[in-house]
Amino acid sequence: MKLEYFSMLDRITAHDAESLEAEATLPEASPVFDGHFPGMPLLPGVLMIECMAQAGGWLMLARQGFARMPLLAKVGQAKLRGMLKPGALIRVGAKLTHDGSGYAVLSGRIDSDGQMAAEAEYTLRILPFPNAELAALVRGRGTELGLPA
Amino acid sequence: MSSPDRSTFERIAAIIADTANVDPAKITPTAHVINDLGIDSLDFLDIVFAIDKEFGIKVPVEDWTEQVNAGKAPAEKFFILGPLAERIDELVQAKNA
Repeated sequence: MKLEYFSMLDRITAHDAESLEAEATLPEASPVFDGHFPGMPLLPGVLMIECMAQAGGWLMLARQGFARMPLLAKVGQAKLRGMLKPGALIRVGAKLTHDGSGYAVLSGRIDSDGQMAAEAEYTLRILPFPNAELAALVRGRGTELGLPA
Repeated sequence: MSSPDRSTFERIAAIIADTANVDPAKITPTAHVINDLGIDSLDFLDIVFAIDKEFGIKVPVEDWTEQVNAGKAPAEKFFILGPLAERIDELVQAKNA
């Protein structure tokens, strides 16, 4: 996990057409933790949401053969139940609720140390990639994470 | 939420009123879903999701938009509520065929 680059997931451990599981280890140090909070470093809740959204994004990319780009459009029913500290191993899940025309609705969760840390329902817009270069970069990153090219 | 006794238009109108907080009096068969009801693109996504769920279909919004943008169909065919209800009926019939 590289917080400053919004690279939230380290590896995809399982996926099928309807769901995806991923893991990440929070860094021991980050400028994010310097500010959130001094002396009490915690992963910000908005970045928990980002972790779940990225898991769903990879699910939709894999599902559509990297043909189109998912973008977070809406978050609903989010519950941030736990506090995630530097060095924590997290497991991030995404489940597809509905694959619509140009959008998808998913549910996500984060578990750490056997406890649910966060859950949310969210909507992704599914749009064309703005250019081939970004499409190739995303495909390459997906391969690094463990998705088939 | 499914209420087969109501017309398709009435079911869509209820979805729009609930989802986008639109005054029901404004939701008429001649209203344009975007231009007349003040619905933005994100609320429209929510409405489409609710319609998909209510009718058990996948509203092909992208295909409709492409048809309009390509000049192959008028926007009124898809985005005025009366004709939209007809399109939904067609999708439901196609699904059940």
